[in-house]
Amino acid sequence: MIQARAENVSRRYGKTLALDGVDFQVRAGELVGLLGPNGAGKSTLVNLLIGIRRPTHGRVELCGGDPRDPASRRTLGVTPQETGLPASLRVGEVIDFVRAHYPNPLTRNELLDRFGLTDLIRRQTGGLSGGQRRRLAVALAFAGRPSIVFLDEPTTGLDVEARRSLWDGVRAFHAEGGTVVLTSHYLEEIEALARRVVVLANGRVLADDSVTAVRGLVGMRRVSLTSPVPLPDLEGLVSVERAEDRLHLLTADADRLVRALVAHDVPFRDLEVRPTSLEEAFLALTHSPAAA
Amino acid sequence: MSSLALTHARFQIIELFRIPIAVIGSAFWPAASMLAFVVPFVGDEPVYATYATASMVTFAVMSTNLFQYGIGVSEDRAQPWDPFVRTLPAGAAPRFAGRILTGLAMMAVALTPVVLIAMFFTAATLSAAEFVTAVVVTAAISIPFILMGLAIGYSLPQKAAIVVAQVLFLPLAFGGGLMSPPGGAPGFVEDLAPYLPTGGAVRLMWAAVGDYPLEFWSAASLVGWTGLFAALAVWAYRRDEGRRFG
Repeated sequence: MIQARAENVSRRYGKTLALDGVDFQVRAGELVGLLGPNGAGKSTLVNLLIGIRRPTHGRVELCGGDPRDPASRRTLGVTPQETGLPASLRVGEVIDFVRAHYPNPLTRNELLDRFGLTDLIRRQTGGLSGGQRRRLAVALAFAGRPSIVFLDEPTTGLDVEARRSLWDGVRAFHAEGGTVVLTSHYLEEIEALARRVVVLANGRVLADDSVTAVRGLVGMRRVSLTSPVPLPDLEGLVSVERAEDRLHLLTADADRLVRALVAHDVPFRDLEVRPTSLEEAFLALTHSPAAA
Repeated sequence: MSSLALTHARFQIIELFRIPIAVIGSAFWPAASMLAFVVPFVGDEPVYATYATASMVTFAVMSTNLFQYGIGVSEDRAQPWDPFVRTLPAGAAPRFAGRILTGLAMMAVALTPVVLIAMFFTAATLSAAEFVTAVVVTAAISIPFILMGLAIGYSLPQKAAIVVAQVLFLPLAFGGGLMSPPGGAPGFVEDLAPYLPTGGAVRLMWAAVGDYPLEFWSAASLVGWTGLFAALAVWAYRRDEGRRFG
């Protein structure tokens, strides 16, 4: 059963085309990561699927209906931006407010307990730390016993322990048959949870594949070296940048590249291998036709 | 009224009362004006005190609605909480109804001191029938001001809404003759007042609590204002929905 679907969806804001003919679907029980740098169109796609916005072209569907129809959202859970929680309301009150909208919500204590918020019940959300607010935001997505949740960077900014326990919570929900769509611009967060990753860049789907395949695509290394001679043709090279006498090579497989350099007898010194940020990887991918 | 509307109203009221100065603020001016202008000057005159109380009630209705909706709605629109609430399985109706209920509650908070001061510190008197009429008229005249506040709140960003509400509120109060007894305002105000929303509203109040004659054109222009504010509010609401959520 398809639980969320976008068919050839485009969305325009004024002159900007935020989404450009995107096809995307999530089956019941899947745990899908939506990966992309800032401005890639992740939030726009999610906002269309949860009924906050309407597509300019194309069709979106949630739980078999139009997401803008409240009935289609009865088993939907969404994380609010934690900066937007009503500052003067207490944790327990915010939870009760959200629960009141669902036909069969979790009890307040169950939810507090599951997300480690029990001690914070009387605290006003304005006085919580960033991590506590994030936990509350994620908890709110689960308040109505959803069948599908959309989590937006759920663990960014959490300490290791809090992140682990949150990941465990999401896994437990998935193990019971829940569907999860996770957006992030950190590969690590998505790797920890999702099997399938959809990569968005410049409003298009760049890849829709397993975590392993996508790591090969965007988990690139930057190999920097200084060489007195021009480089020969090397396999697996995504891009080459020259800064004065330094060469910066982007590749998915640094080991193979270094071996090839040695095999070709290229003289080099000051070899450095660094992981790249997702932003760098995307920039390279979307600018070099060879990699597309 | 659905229970969800009550839920929305309940939490909005909790939010408001957690910042008591906002509540005290809206109750302060009408009560302070009663004590400063009505009680010492016309407090012993049953007829004038009654009219003056009716003016202050109109003043409180205007100012609370202008601020509650004009500023409150534009503040809400600026919060990222608002789009989240839209993902909950409920339409716009309960939220809207909740907002109106909250506004009515705030109006009660602003009006109660005015009525109590009139009862205990002035000679103002009303028969039971007049009191009931006055309550009904108060509810009726709040409609144009609620719509006016909504039009401001939905069409302007937060900072602009604050300024516009503050700029409008004094000229409306003064120009509508709320600061002076019936027939006692400066000439140009007397000419203009019946056709301002505040002037139209206060004339209905005066007619409800005393022998003030009903003025047809004044009442008709109040109906006209109500229609205009309703159209503006609906237009601003739709435009806002389209912009933010289309």
